[in-house]
Amino acid sequence: MELTGAEITIRCLQEEGVEYVFGYPGGAVLFIYDELFKQEAVKHVLVRHEQAAVHAADGYARSTEKVGVALVTSGPGVTNAVTGIATAYMDSIPMVVISGQVPTSFIGEDAFQEVDAVGITRPCVKHNFLVKDVKDLASTLKKAFYLAKSGRPGPVLVDIPKDVSNHKTAFEYPSTVNIRSYHPQVTGDANLIKQAAQMLLEAKRPMVYAGGGVILSDAAKQLTELVRLIDAPCTNTLMGLGGYPASDKQSVGMLGMHGTYEANMGMQNCDVLFAVGARFDDRVIGNVAHFNSVPRKIIHLDIDPASISKRVKVDVPLVGDVANVLTDLIKVLKSSKQKPEARKDWWKQIDEWRSANSLSYKNSIELIKPQFVIETLHKITHGDAFITSDVGQHQMWAAQYYKFDKPRRWINSGGLGTMGFGLPAAMGVQLAHPGETVACVTGEGSIQMNIQELSTCKQFNLPIKVIALNNRYLGMVRQWQEFFHGNRYSQSYMDALPDFVKLAEAYGHVGILVEKPSDVEGALKEAFARKDELVFLDFRTDSTENVYPMVPGGKGLSEVILAEDL
Amino acid sequence: MRHIISLLMANEAGALSRVSGLFSARGYNIESLTVAPTEDATLSRMTIVTRGSDEVIEQINKQLNKLVDVVSVMDLSDGDHIERELMLVKVHAEGADREELKRMSDIFRGNVIDVSDKTYTIELTGAGSKLDSFLQAIDRKLILETVRTGASGIGRGLRILKI
Repeated sequence: MELTGAEITIRCLQEEGVEYVFGYPGGAVLFIYDELFKQEAVKHVLVRHEQAAVHAADGYARSTEKVGVALVTSGPGVTNAVTGIATAYMDSIPMVVISGQVPTSFIGEDAFQEVDAVGITRPCVKHNFLVKDVKDLASTLKKAFYLAKSGRPGPVLVDIPKDVSNHKTAFEYPSTVNIRSYHPQVTGDANLIKQAAQMLLEAKRPMVYAGGGVILSDAAKQLTELVRLIDAPCTNTLMGLGGYPASDKQSVGMLGMHGTYEANMGMQNCDVLFAVGARFDDRVIGNVAHFNSVPRKIIHLDIDPASISKRVKVDVPLVGDVANVLTDLIKVLKSSKQKPEARKDWWKQIDEWRSANSLSYKNSIELIKPQFVIETLHKITHGDAFITSDVGQHQMWAAQYYKFDKPRRWINSGGLGTMGFGLPAAMGVQLAHPGETVACVTGEGSIQMNIQELSTCKQFNLPIKVIALNNRYLGMVRQWQEFFHGNRYSQSYMDALPDFVKLAEAYGHVGILVEKPSDVEGALKEAFARKDELVFLDFRTDSTENVYPMVPGGKGLSEVILAEDL
Repeated sequence: MRHIISLLMANEAGALSRVSGLFSARGYNIESLTVAPTEDATLSRMTIVTRGSDEVIEQINKQLNKLVDVVSVMDLSDGDHIERELMLVKVHAEGADREELKRMSDIFRGNVIDVSDKTYTIELTGAGSKLDSFLQAIDRKLILETVRTGASGIGRGLRILKI
């Protein structure tokens, strides 16, 4: 029997086991929406803006091990989706975006709602396709899912012209896929693994630096075992939080621009650095020349060969899947007769740095300190919630003070730094984990970038808790202006803010205003007790609070500003 | 340093823009780029001439390999190779210049492939440096038009780029 392209699209999604599609209809995808209507296996979540559809699919993917799926129409549907796609690309999130396109005979004629979707998205996708013939549709969708989740994951866009979704052909979903030019290396080189093991055993001051690759590869268990085996301190990147339990004594917390003193000093003073699924980016290692100014051996494990020796020259490159290579490495370490070097002096040094207590802050009985809100959030949720965040100071405080012990619990836009990510991402997380606690830590700036999604949350009964740290400033911009631009707060003040409580209520949710430190815990308790309702908590926080420690842009990791320095 | 990178890629719409887009997005330099289908109609072969430090060239190779449409990549400059480029030069050829230009063309093993009462069109092949030398050897004022293909390259002997 022959099926239309639209029927084939839905059948492919069913074959892939897709549970939710996040999307927004329009002219070019009408046939696909018609087929969605006729079945129940694939559920559609109607967002209020295409950017949110992609972020929701992204949140869904980050909190599970599955591929997120978004569906948008041609033209503005695609251009609105681009920020979401770029966000997923920068953080290597597996995702398939299906976009409608004008009919093939109209392509290139500047038709209504026509954009070159493949051209516009090319620099921010792992791969993309324009399907010109319905006969290629099923195999293309198969390839799209395979590419999205294999190797270094990433978003894949499939652009389907309207006539292709209406043409008919015989349907057969391929059981396997073979792309002759695409063979990601999964297993590590045995000799290099032995070399790495030797280096780790002989190190006097080893340091493990673990990134988002650990989360994507579901390798938290292996990482934890390895870190304990070699008795090394472990630091996590912003993308890697939860990859190693933050409450463990070997954890030195997050590193980088707003990392702990002990993590950054450890990075700079170790003799063997083991980078696991991380990419030495500028927010993590600061000034490259400064980073390279000290001698240390570097072992770098990553599935993407292009990540290795991109910014920092490495001594032992390990290309492969993180979980896979760590498993092999653990085997080699366990079978070795050699025991790791005694690390007493190194731990003494680490503890000395730790005693600087770089995350301490002065609490207040008059003003709500944002750090205190996050610490209380951690306490109330027993450190077990899914936390999404937007971008800015609140994101850093959430990363610093919500001690993540489990992977896939911390959902944030690390690479692209996309404001407006948090709420739609939380929708994807909540749909993937009904019954679990999901909180979106945000600011009054970020939340307004996708606040329309409060409507989607109402429609789909998503009981997300919005934790807005409202300091009436674009806080991170204000902080940089204070430090580097002579206190000239150019356009960083958020004037004419809405009444968020009333706004939440207008959308059919609960809003709570919190103005006193003594009310923080009670308000959070009340919010989380409302298990079936979305609660918007508007915390009026200290507007002058800064994120510390801070390694200013262009500086080295040991050139850090601590709160007490000021 | 100058490098000649050869690659095989799927002969598909958009494959060329993926490669050229990669170079512009990452700020790599392209001196020349040529592309045409191979004896296998599903594959195109591209030759890119670029410049960069060893680290940059390593990244270019890795980033090219990462493109899903790219089947294989070889840096020809890593070993023995042959490089050829085709150039067509239209020159003003009248009076005494006519004889001199023909003589220069012969010295550089060029062919005069089009003749009019006022012009010659000379075809020359060789490494880029040879073509440069020819342009320097003749009177610059006589050059009306030049068109060059950019370099194509191939490894010597059993140095073969295939799937």
